[in-house]
Order: sequence, then C-alpha cells, then structure tokens
Amino acid sequence: MINNFHHEQAAHCESGVTRNLLKSIGVQQITEPLAFGMGSGLFFVYLPFLKFNNGPAIAFRNMPGIIFKRTCHSLGIKVIRKKFSSPEAAQYMLDKKLNEGVAVGCQVGVYYLPYFPKEYRFHFNAHNLVVFGKKDGKYVISDPIMEHETYMTPYELERVRFAKGPLAPKGQLYFAEQKNVITDDIIKQAIRKGIRRNIFDMLRVPGPFAGVNGIAFTGRSIKKWCDKLGLHKAGLYLAQLVRMQEEIGTGGGGFRYIYGAFLQEAFNYYPEERLMRLSEQFTKTGDLWRTAAVQASGIYKGRLGSQEDFNEMGDYLLEISAIEKQAFKDLSKINFSS
Amino acid sequence: MKKNEVPQDLGSLGKITKEVCYVTDESGKYTTELSNGWDVKTNALDVTWDDIEHKVAAAKEKVLKGEASPLLYFLEKNVMNIGILSSYTGFFKWQIKRHLKPAIFKKLSPKKLAKYAEVFNVSVDELKSMEANDK
Repeated sequence: MINNFHHEQAAHCESGVTRNLLKSIGVQQITEPLAFGMGSGLFFVYLPFLKFNNGPAIAFRNMPGIIFKRTCHSLGIKVIRKKFSSPEAAQYMLDKKLNEGVAVGCQVGVYYLPYFPKEYRFHFNAHNLVVFGKKDGKYVISDPIMEHETYMTPYELERVRFAKGPLAPKGQLYFAEQKNVITDDIIKQAIRKGIRRNIFDMLRVPGPFAGVNGIAFTGRSIKKWCDKLGLHKAGLYLAQLVRMQEEIGTGGGGFRYIYGAFLQEAFNYYPEERLMRLSEQFTKTGDLWRTAAVQASGIYKGRLGSQEDFNEMGDYLLEISAIEKQAFKDLSKINFSS
Repeated sequence: MKKNEVPQDLGSLGKITKEVCYVTDESGKYTTELSNGWDVKTNALDVTWDDIEHKVAAAKEKVLKGEASPLLYFLEKNVMNIGILSSYTGFFKWQIKRHLKPAIFKKLSPKKLAKYAEVFNVSVDELKSMEANDK
C-alpha cells in the first residue's frame, strides 16, 4: 500500500483522481473544483452525426484525460502517460510503479467494472480511477465516485484497462512527478489560464456544435425531435441527454455546479467581486439544466409529449445558452493580471 | 442547487454508494452534500434499459425462430454492436456477421465459441443454449 495516498470521494472521476494524485505527491492546495477549473473542464458538445449507445453523442465536459494533463501542466508538474499494446506490459509497468511507491491513475471502461451496479454498465471507456496498492493478490482501487476503496483481481483490472470500443483506454496509465513547490502565485496563474481556455472553448470554438452555440443548436434540434424521431425515440434521446448531464461524475447540473464552486475558490486567490457574481450565474444555469431535466423526464415517462412540451424543453436550452454566453463574456472582461 | 434541496431518491447506485453533489449553503457559499439519487435520472436509466430489454426480447424471438444465431441475443444483452464485439474478440466484422447465421454458428470451433463466451461472461453451453442468468 502506498502510504501517502488517501482515498477521497469526489463528484467527477477525473477531477477527483487529479486531486487525489496531486495530494499523494505533496500538492495539498488543489481541490476538486480547482482541478476542474484549471483543467478547463466545462464544455458542451453535441455531434448529431454520431451515435453513442444508440442515442445522441452529447458531452458536458472536455475530452477525457485533458483535465489531468492541463491542470498538471499549468502547475508546472510533469505528467507521464503511457498506453500499451500488451496487457502483460501494462501490468508490469503498473506493478513496477506501485513497488516504487507511486499511486497510478488508470483510464478504464465501466462495462466490466465488478463493483458497479448492472444498470450503470455501458460501454463507456472514459472512467478514471487510481491503483494504490496490492493486498492478498488484489489491487487496491480508489474510484473517486465510491465512498470507500475497492478491490479488483489482476484479471478484472486487466479487463477494464483493456476495454474495447470508442475511446478504448489501451491500458492507459498516468502519474505525476512533482518538481517544484507549488506557490500561491503558480496557482493564480493556473486559474487564470484555465479560465481563459474555458472562455475560448465555450465562446469561440468554430462551428455550431460546441460551446454555448452548441447548447442553442441542441435546443433548436430538440424542438424537431418529436416529428423527426417519433415520440418514443425522442424520449430515449432526451433520457440520454439527462444521463450525460446528471449521472454520477457530474456533480449535478452538467458540471455547472462544480464550475460555480471553482469560481468561488478562484475568488480566494483573486479578490474580484465579479467572480462571486458569476459563480451565481453558473448556479443558475445548473438549476436550469435540472429544471430542463425534469421537463425531459415528463416526456420520457410519457406524462408529456406534445410539440408544445418539446418547444418548452428546447427553450430551456436556449435560455441556458444565453446566460452562459453572457457569463463567459463577463469572465473575459475580468483583468487577472493584477 | 441548495444544500437542503438535494434529492434523496434511493436508486440502484445509492444502494452501493452515495454520490457527491456540489451545492450552495444558506449564505450562498459552495459546499458538498451526499445524495442517494434522483428519480429524474433513475427514470432516464430505466427507459434506456426498457429499450434494451425490448431489443433483447426481439433478438431472442429471432433466434428461436431460427433467423439468427444466439450471438445476436448476447450482442443485444451486452449492449454491444458488431464493432465493439469485433474489437473484443479480434474477429473481423464480416466474420461476426457470418457467425450471426444459425447454420454457420453451429459449425463454429470450440476455440471461437470460447472466445465469445468469455466476452459475454457465460459458459459455452450457456452461449449455445441462450440460457444465461443475469450476473
């Protein structure tokens, strides 16, 4: 067992893994919201020409792996990430790092995760956990969404590390090496960089599918889903939207609450009143996302189903898009150089 | 979301672990709270599984009618598609499409059957008879 690693539950798997791994190498200041914000985790994208589990491909966050990478980079911490073609090499490397006393992050697929409830086992390959020891022939696992540490046999771990399908993890593991002492100034810079990048991702990614434009695009699409897909399938699509938005790993409201928490924590480093007010805006859109989810559930449960109901659903997203657009514009006006 | 408004509707995940939610307290400051689940998202999961169950039932019928091999049943049951099954087994997609035909499935070598059985978490006998219990 690695002594300096402590399992701690989190809302979002990758931000939680980032926080827990950083703590294990002596960086204590980075909380889950800080990791999420420095990694510019907030995003929205809807790719209408792609399907995921027979539903729309929608994400409320950035690409898997990127939060850990960006957060560490901004802090000047070296990241080592490796993929493997053979399971033997993947296990050898893992054992080697564990023997050296390094806790290791792994990207895994959830389909074969033994401790997950059956209802949650889809072919989703962007889950993250930390392996931090071996006990009685089993690996000790810190899965940030679980309250307590869990265990997996080498076979079980190999299976999830070599899950197949979209975003196949290929045994991917990663860990960080600390080189310098993390000062408040470094954190301030990382916060600034994270916010700037997030402004770009939400406001300026070209094309109609991503960022605040993507939210509005999705809102307009939803209004057509009923006619285009039929009520049943439109319901399934909305169910998928809600699952991506609210399921374990989001902290609720499609990550908007975590972002709100991040802005409040950023305030501790940059005493700028506007950060606190903008945090409220994200709380507001998080609440709106949840209100939209309630509307969606009315549709997929069969309580609602008229065109009027779909219009209302779409309008929620248009409203969210407008608020988040303004919020990011206001964020971009804050001068962080002081 | 306010701390005292966090839903506590026990769902399938809530029986195994509570989940962390970011919420605001009375003064508007962010903090965390544990939740047992939320009906709105439990329902989203339920309708998704209902849909899968329908597909599984339809696949079973096809197999019983002799229109497809038991592979189709397990494919649907494991929420896979031919692409995912292909990368798990190492078979080409066109091979799997062939194996979906009952006549060809019957002649498959024990080695190939064992590969499918492992991916589907069942024994070879269960694979052939389509009688697997939920695990």
